Amino acid sequence: MPTPDQHWSFLLGRLSLDSLPLHEPIIVATFAGVALGGIALLGALTYFRLWGYLWKEWFTSVDHKKIGIMYMVLGLVMFLRGFADALMMRMQQAIAFNGNEGIFPAHHYDQVFTAHGVIMIFFVAMPFVTGLMNFVVPLQIGARDVSFPFLNNFSFWMTASGAALIMASLFIGEFAQTGWLSYPPLSGLAYSPGVGVDYYIWALQIAGVGTTLSGINLLATIIKMRAPGMTMMRMPVFTWTALCTNVLIIASFPVLTAVLALLSLDRYVGTNFFTNDFGGSPMMYVNLIWIWGHPEVYILILPIFGVFSEITATFSGKPLFGYTSMVYATVAITILSYIVWLHHFFTMGSGASVNSFFGITTMVISIPTGAKMFNWLFTIYRGRVRFELPMLWTVAFMLTFVIGGMTGVMLAVPPADFVLHNSLFLIAHFHNVIIGGVVFGTFAAINYWWPKAFGFKLDPFWGKVSFWCWVPGFWLAFTPLYIMGLMGVTRRMRVFDDPSLQPYFIVAACGALLIAAGIGAMLLQYATSILKRDQLRDETGDPWGGRTLEWSTSSPPPAYNFAFTPIVHDLDTWTDMKAKGVARPVDGFRPIHMPKYTGAGVILAGISTVFGFAMIWHIWWLAIASFAAILLTAIAHTFNYDRSYHIPAETVARIEEERTRQLAAVEGASA
Amino acid sequence: MSQYNLSGANGAGLTAQYYDLNEHDHPEGGSTQLGFWIYLMSDLLIFAMLFAAFAVLGGNYAAGPGPKDLFELPLVAFNTSMLLFSSITYGFAMIEMQKGRVGGVQFWLVVTALFGATFLGVELYEFSNLIHEGATPQRSAFLSAFFTLVGTHGLHVTFGLIWLGVLLVQLSQRGLEEANKRRLLCLSMFWHFLDVVWVGVFTFVYLMGVLR
Amino acid sequence: MREKYPSASRRLKQAARGALVLPLAALLSGCDWVVLNPSGDIARQQANLVVVSTALMLLIIVPVMLLTVLFAWKYRSGNTNATYDPEFHHSAKLELVIWSAPLAIIIALGSITWLTTHKLDPYRPLDRIDANTPVAPGTKPMDVEVVALDWKWLFIYPEQKIATVNELVLPEGRPVRFRITSSTVMNSFYVPALAGQIYAMPGMETKLHAVFNKTGNFKGFSANFSGSGFSYMHFATRSVTPDAFNAWVGQVQKDGGNLDRATYLELDKPSEHVPVIHYAAVAPDLFDAVVNMCVRPGKLCTGEMAAIDARGGTGKAGVLNVAALTYDKFGREQVTTAAPGMADATVRRFVRAYCADNRPLRASVARDAVPASLAAPTKSGPKSQTLGLVTTARPPLS
Repeated sequence: MPTPDQHWSFLLGRLSLDSLPLHEPIIVATFAGVALGGIALLGALTYFRLWGYLWKEWFTSVDHKKIGIMYMVLGLVMFLRGFADALMMRMQQAIAFNGNEGIFPAHHYDQVFTAHGVIMIFFVAMPFVTGLMNFVVPLQIGARDVSFPFLNNFSFWMTASGAALIMASLFIGEFAQTGWLSYPPLSGLAYSPGVGVDYYIWALQIAGVGTTLSGINLLATIIKMRAPGMTMMRMPVFTWTALCTNVLIIASFPVLTAVLALLSLDRYVGTNFFTNDFGGSPMMYVNLIWIWGHPEVYILILPIFGVFSEITATFSGKPLFGYTSMVYATVAITILSYIVWLHHFFTMGSGASVNSFFGITTMVISIPTGAKMFNWLFTIYRGRVRFELPMLWTVAFMLTFVIGGMTGVMLAVPPADFVLHNSLFLIAHFHNVIIGGVVFGTFAAINYWWPKAFGFKLDPFWGKVSFWCWVPGFWLAFTPLYIMGLMGVTRRMRVFDDPSLQPYFIVAACGALLIAAGIGAMLLQYATSILKRDQLRDETGDPWGGRTLEWSTSSPPPAYNFAFTPIVHDLDTWTDMKAKGVARPVDGFRPIHMPKYTGAGVILAGISTVFGFAMIWHIWWLAIASFAAILLTAIAHTFNYDRSYHIPAETVARIEEERTRQLAAVEGASA
Repeated sequence: MSQYNLSGANGAGLTAQYYDLNEHDHPEGGSTQLGFWIYLMSDLLIFAMLFAAFAVLGGNYAAGPGPKDLFELPLVAFNTSMLLFSSITYGFAMIEMQKGRVGGVQFWLVVTALFGATFLGVELYEFSNLIHEGATPQRSAFLSAFFTLVGTHGLHVTFGLIWLGVLLVQLSQRGLEEANKRRLLCLSMFWHFLDVVWVGVFTFVYLMGVLR
Repeated sequence: MREKYPSASRRLKQAARGALVLPLAALLSGCDWVVLNPSGDIARQQANLVVVSTALMLLIIVPVMLLTVLFAWKYRSGNTNATYDPEFHHSAKLELVIWSAPLAIIIALGSITWLTTHKLDPYRPLDRIDANTPVAPGTKPMDVEVVALDWKWLFIYPEQKIATVNELVLPEGRPVRFRITSSTVMNSFYVPALAGQIYAMPGMETKLHAVFNKTGNFKGFSANFSGSGFSYMHFATRSVTPDAFNAWVGQVQKDGGNLDRATYLELDKPSEHVPVIHYAAVAPDLFDAVVNMCVRPGKLCTGEMAAIDARGGTGKAGVLNVAALTYDKFGREQVTTAAPGMADATVRRFVRAYCADNRPLRASVARDAVPASLAAPTKSGPKSQTLGLVTTARPPLS
């Protein structure tokens, strides 16, 4: 374990052979597995000569669809890591009774739960929602790309860079042992002298740059690049929720950036923002980080509300019930999410009036949320509901999320919070809304938009197996936590002295294993679908009878999305066009102006990773050099004025003729 | 009728109504100004947090020196005028840009840079004085908040100056082409934004600090 | 005065509570759901609130869940008998219902929240022992001073002049006022059977008022992660009869050691699995010194620091007075390590700066007036003025 007076050398800073956790067999085994898998993957890429393809077609791509897909892949990879952490916690807590120390010493276990929270929020849920917005929003608004395509690529790679730093912390040094929000003084230099909190800070700072820029980008896109005729009140609901989410990102991530910057000043420079002595105020950190933290919750859930709105309407064969009130509800939630942050620490001893105020504002949020729930309900009402996978997830969400909402409102009553705060009840509550909301919603969205992204549907069999493992698995894993919360069991415990709790933890661990089976089935679903893609192929571009513009183009859409920009006359544009039988234009194509691919984003983010690593390990020369390199690369990039090109009219015509033939074949087959 | 409306037997007439068949290229950078505005607002939030930190911690001198002991208002007032002048001269550069005169733009940008550099120099002088007297950011929460807020502003000015230098080179290479005009406009917004923030710093930190 | 027909209203309330609590109680029998079945009046009321808020929300949650299942089943695509109305997407009446139903629930719950949050404010002295017993006027609550240390709990009983580690013993039926702080990082003081939790924070004092209504053995622990020994940071809590309490106090006074400042600093060092320790004597004002982070010799109390700051600091002369201010900034060892010799020197230097600065409290007075004011008053003048501002005990300067 590092000590304050640790070793430092000019060349490697705090880094030395001792930094490698060779004494922890679990990490060594993991490392061996990751290294072998990594070598196999790299070998395969080299063998099949895919590096050039990946670099040219994906890594340097500024196409919002490809970037969206890369975000989803990043989220999925990190999801497996975060879930491995979850499984380890469930194992530890299921066996650490009667003097048994379990499988982890404190130093390791405390990293596991911290990493689990950080990864799941920042590197799973965020990439998932950002990826969905990236892929879907431009298509839904009839645009050819986002406002700032290069920035989009850069944002993605910054997020990936943060993820890379967190992964590095597993094998080089340690991660924070503070809980996912790293409250000082515990995260201060005095009590966390090692590199763990520094990994935390730099991973989040670098990823945060990406998130903020991506928020700016998507907001500008939605405001500026909607197809003609698409007034605000004709925007698809998913785009509306994306709009609100990006407003939230822009108005909250700078707060995180600032508060982490202050924490790093405390740690690196010796300032006194959050110290106990010299007039610092740790309570200020708690306030500031939750001013970011609460909107963050809605950043995650709002787009998912949008996903469910799209899916419910599509699979019920009806327009969304109460579109207007859905929009107002979304906007209301956006605004209200800024005046509730204190409910995360009622127990800090604020006065009763302050606590009541924040408790009541929190409850008020449940009004628009409840209205949304009813809107989905009445969308189903008098519909013809096709229970394909996206709709199954939606119903599971509706039944699961209301319980999470209810326990959330309970926690919003300050005196009730005094007995439930930081308990396993709280853990069950937020997993109830995040798994039941964000995770279920992401799976619904993947099943819904996969055919659009790749041109074939996902295999329903393994999808249903996954569904039926996930939903009961979730309840099996978290009902015991609700119960134990009511038994006064607190969170982040490594060992227990009350053997009567063990059965509950064993049940919870079984639930986690069932979820693991669900994840396995999900991976199988993707694999079998790719293998069986010819049978699952969708030539129509509109496999579900969609209602919004993304379903009007081919699957996968051409690089330019729409040969001619659609003109919007109604809310559900594509339904409107289908009903009127609007003919797809088949000639008169023009050259299309598109942004060029560039490697600048990858390079900048790569150097940023090095910079973060150097700062974490106090390798000052490398930090200075890499910072200078970032600056120079960015400046060099501004000297590149040649950033766009035209797709020639003939190419567009060829692609569109292909599409015409494809559609004719479909029509011939269905006639 | 087909669900996929490809043959367009009865919908051909609607095509022109539902697709923009005579679309022209969207000018590049159509969203840049809006995007930059949004970025500035997010940056403003970072400053808001630093102001908030100063508001909370600004009275915690940790039994050390307070604003009255440390701040030299005449110097700061001089510095403020430097930054305000630089905003005016940037305005002149923009007027020259609208008239399409590269030389004028370059001249006023250099003047702006000189004012900006003077501002930075005076700020660094002030900082080094404080640090020599022992009033370091480590001394008290008040000084931590002060150095961080003012220093973050100074860092922004530094980046503004680097940007300005790069733009000068680009102007000399490519003249007043669309992309460069856009960049001049963005830097102009950035520069005035820093001015506005500084007015807040001067009022809130220096004036009110001394009156406290 | 508040209840015109006390008996009727109370009976109604009890019936309502019974209707809500009974089925749950039946469900819970056999389980130790201590949060819902506590032994202290405050926790009891908080538990009732958990139940009431759940019940209120179930009024809307249950219909929503039933409707979800019902609609999903009825309007499945296979059921062609069900009405299909692809144009049904707006209904002013339904919209009114779906906004006003949650609104009504939240108005009810919001009112309950406002009332109970004030009533159950942990800072508010108790006005009742249980539902039927008001606190007798003039009753002074028993003080217990709680210090969260890494990773054990220290309880100081100022009235009894004893202290314990990892054991909290309270007399049943007597209101207790906890004054809570922490030595290093944030913790949360939580005895589920007694009352809801409140954070324990270094350099700050939080309060909690509570009372036990039953005797028994319970658990208390930290409910906020505080580092590697967190899992072991729990303490036995016993609620005993007043007689048994007095006997226990007598026993501690007989057997226990002496908790002076040096012993405290030793205890403050990080440790895990700490057994119960009893102290028969406690250094005076130890708790205040802990809150003010000045147990260590040579450390300026934060209360005094705040007083100096309120006067505008000590000017440039105070710039170097760092040693007397350092608590844990340069590592947790600093908290407990007294630096002999050096501390003396810095203190002396600091005191010189401190005493030289006898400016009147109003900041508007010109600096030049200082020497004059120093000459004018008697020695006790400025000192008492300072003390008037200091919220806590002065530090041990020697």
